Amino acid sequence: MGTTLSRILTSRRRAGRWHWTDVAAYTYLCIGVILMFGPVAWLALSSFKTQAGLLEFPPTLLPLAQKEVVVDGYPQPLPLFAATLEDGTTRHLAQVRRIGIVAQMVDPSDPSQQFRVPIERRIPVREFSLATSNYTEPLQRFAFMRFLGNSVFVTVVATLITLLINSMAAYALSIYEFRGKNTAMVLVIGTLMIPITIILVPVYLVVTEFGLVNSLWAVILPGAATPTGVFLLRQYMLTLPPDLIEAARMDKASEWQIYWRIVMPLTLPALAVLAIFSIMWRWNEFLWPLAVLTKTEVYTLQIGLNAFQGELQTQWHFLLAMTMVTLIPVAIVFVFLQRFITTGIANTGMK
Amino acid sequence: MPGVEPLPKTTARPSIVAWLGIPFVLAMRIVDYPMRALQRALGEQRMAYVFLLPNLIFFSLFVFAPIVINVIFSVTGGPALFPSERPFVGAGQYAYLFDCGSYLDPSTCREDHFWRGVANTFRFTASQVVAMVLLSLLTAVVLNMKIRGRGFFRAVYFFPVLLSPVVVALIWKWILQRDGLLNAGIIGLGGERILFLVEPGWAMFWAVFVSIWAHMGFYTLILLAGLQAIPSDIYEAAEMDATPRWRVFLRLTLPLLWPNLIVVIVLALIRGVQTFDEVFVLTGGGPGTATLMIVQYIYETAFSNQVQNFGLAAAASVVLGVVLCLLTGLQLALSRRKAA
Repeated sequence: MGTTLSRILTSRRRAGRWHWTDVAAYTYLCIGVILMFGPVAWLALSSFKTQAGLLEFPPTLLPLAQKEVVVDGYPQPLPLFAATLEDGTTRHLAQVRRIGIVAQMVDPSDPSQQFRVPIERRIPVREFSLATSNYTEPLQRFAFMRFLGNSVFVTVVATLITLLINSMAAYALSIYEFRGKNTAMVLVIGTLMIPITIILVPVYLVVTEFGLVNSLWAVILPGAATPTGVFLLRQYMLTLPPDLIEAARMDKASEWQIYWRIVMPLTLPALAVLAIFSIMWRWNEFLWPLAVLTKTEVYTLQIGLNAFQGELQTQWHFLLAMTMVTLIPVAIVFVFLQRFITTGIANTGMK
Repeated sequence: MPGVEPLPKTTARPSIVAWLGIPFVLAMRIVDYPMRALQRALGEQRMAYVFLLPNLIFFSLFVFAPIVINVIFSVTGGPALFPSERPFVGAGQYAYLFDCGSYLDPSTCREDHFWRGVANTFRFTASQVVAMVLLSLLTAVVLNMKIRGRGFFRAVYFFPVLLSPVVVALIWKWILQRDGLLNAGIIGLGGERILFLVEPGWAMFWAVFVSIWAHMGFYTLILLAGLQAIPSDIYEAAEMDATPRWRVFLRLTLPLLWPNLIVVIVLALIRGVQTFDEVFVLTGGGPGTATLMIVQYIYETAFSNQVQNFGLAAAASVVLGVVLCLLTGLQLALSRRKAA
C-alpha cells in the first residue's frame, strides 16, 4: 500500500514535467477517496462500538472500551483508570468502588496498596475492543435471520426465473424470423419506459387478484421479465454464428435442445452479467416490497432495516451492525465481479 | 464482451455445483418432450412464439394490464380495490388533484401534499441533475487522464452505485445526526451544531448530496466509456498544434462526448423525477413536507395513509407517467437530431 501510494504520488504525465492539472487531478481523487470510502469506513468502525461508546461526543475514531483487570482478592474484573495522586504522580489503578465523588482504588500489581482518589482526577484507560455482540444479539432478539432468509430466497428465485424467461425471449427475438417480431420488440422497448413507480396501484391489484399479498412471490414475479435482460441477451445472441444453429438442425436437434444445449452455454458471459444485475436489483429493491409486504415475517432485509430504523432510534449499535450485514454481500459481489458490472453498464447504459 | 474468461472445458470430479445442477438439467430434458411435440405441430420458425410466451405473459400481467388498469383507477372513486366495485367519477380525481388557487403556492391547493411533492421533486431534480452532470463529467475526465492507480480510483467512485438505498441513507443518517461525525467536526473547528435533518433547507441539501453520492459512479462510467471511445490521434493532432488544454476540451472533447452527455442528462432527469427510497429513509419526507417527493406522495396515498385512496394515487401516477413520457420523447428527439 505504502509503495503504491508513493508511486501514485510521484507519477506524472510525462517524465520530468508536472502540469498543474496533474496536481489538481490527484488532489481531487484523494478528496474523492475520503468522501466515498469515509462514510462506509465510519459505519464499519461505529458498528463495533458499544452502546455507551456510540453515545460519546465527540466520537472516538476506533471502537474503544474501558480496560478491565483481574485483581487478586476481587471476584469481578475491575475497571482500570489512570489516576493522578496527591503527590502529582500518575498511576494505573483499578477502581474497587465509588463513594460519592471519591473512588476507592487499588494497585493491580499489589492489591494491598489502597488509594482514595477524587473522581475528577482519574481518567479511564481504554483499549481497542470490538463489540461483536452488536452482531450476535440481533440474530437472536429480532427476526433478523428471517429477513436475511427472505432476501436470499427472493434474490435467488427471482434471478433464476429472470434468466430463464429472458433468455427464452432473447432467443426468440434473435434466432427466428416470424410475424409480429417487430411488434414484440416494440413492446419490449415500451416496457423499458414503464417503471414500477407509475403502476404501483394496479400491480398491487393484480397481485391481490392472485392472492399473493404478503407473500414473497408478490415481490418475485412482477419484476421477473426485465426488458434490460432481454436486450442484453439478444445483443449477445445476435453475434453467434447462424451456421451453428443450422448445423444443429441438420443433426435433428429440437429447437429447445438448440436453445438449451447450444445457445445458452455460448451466452454464458451475458447471462453472468444479467445474473449480477438481477442479484443487485433484487437484493436492493425497496419501494415495491415496501408496498406489498406488510407482515413482519415476510419482510426482506431492506424493509426490515427500514422498519428497525423507526423502532430502534435509540439502538444505533444494532442498527449499524445490521446495516453492515446488509452491505456485505454487495461488497463481496463488488470485489470479485466489478469488471463484469462495469462492462455490463458501459455496454448497455442501464443498471 | 471483453474481460470474460471462457469456462474450463473439463472438470476432474463433479463439484457441488454440478450436483445441484442435476435436477436442473433433468428438468430441461423433461421439458424437451412437450417442446418436441409443439415443434411438430407448429413447425420450426413458429417455435419463436413458444419461447416468447413466458416473458410476454409476465409483461402483460405486470406491465401492460396495469397501465390500462391505472387509467381505470384514476377515473373511478371510492375505497374499493377491485375496479368493478368502484363508481365512475370521470375526471373527478384529476380535478381534485389540480384544484389550486395558484400552482406556484402549494398551500392554496386542496391536495397540498401533491403540489409540495411536485415542487420538491422539481427543486430536487433540477439541482441534482446539474450537480450530477458537472461532477460526473469532472470525475470522468480526471479518471481518463494518464494517472497511476486508475482502476482503484474508478472503483472508489463506482462502488456506492451497488449499495442499497436503505444502506446509503442509514450510512449518511448516522453521519448527519445530532451527535454525528459531521457535527463533531464542526464543533471541533469551533462552529455550532447544526441539526442537518431537522432544518428544511439542510434536509433538502443533504437529500440531493446523498443521492449524488450514491449514483454519481454510474453516470461517470457512461461518460468514461464515451471518453475512451474518442480516438487518441485527434488529441495528438491538437497537441502538435500546441492547442491549450481547455480549448481541446471545449472544442474536441465536449462535442464528441455529446451523445453520452445527452444519455446522462436524460437518465438523471428520469431517475430524479422518480426519486424515492434514499430520501424516504433519510428524512421520511420531512421535516414536515420539506423533502416529500411525488413518488412518496403516491406511495403514501395508496398504501400507508389511514384511508387508502387508490384513485387519487393512480391519477397522480398518470401525471407522473406523462412527465416521464415527455422526458423519454425528449431523449429520442435529441438522439435523432444527433443521428441526422
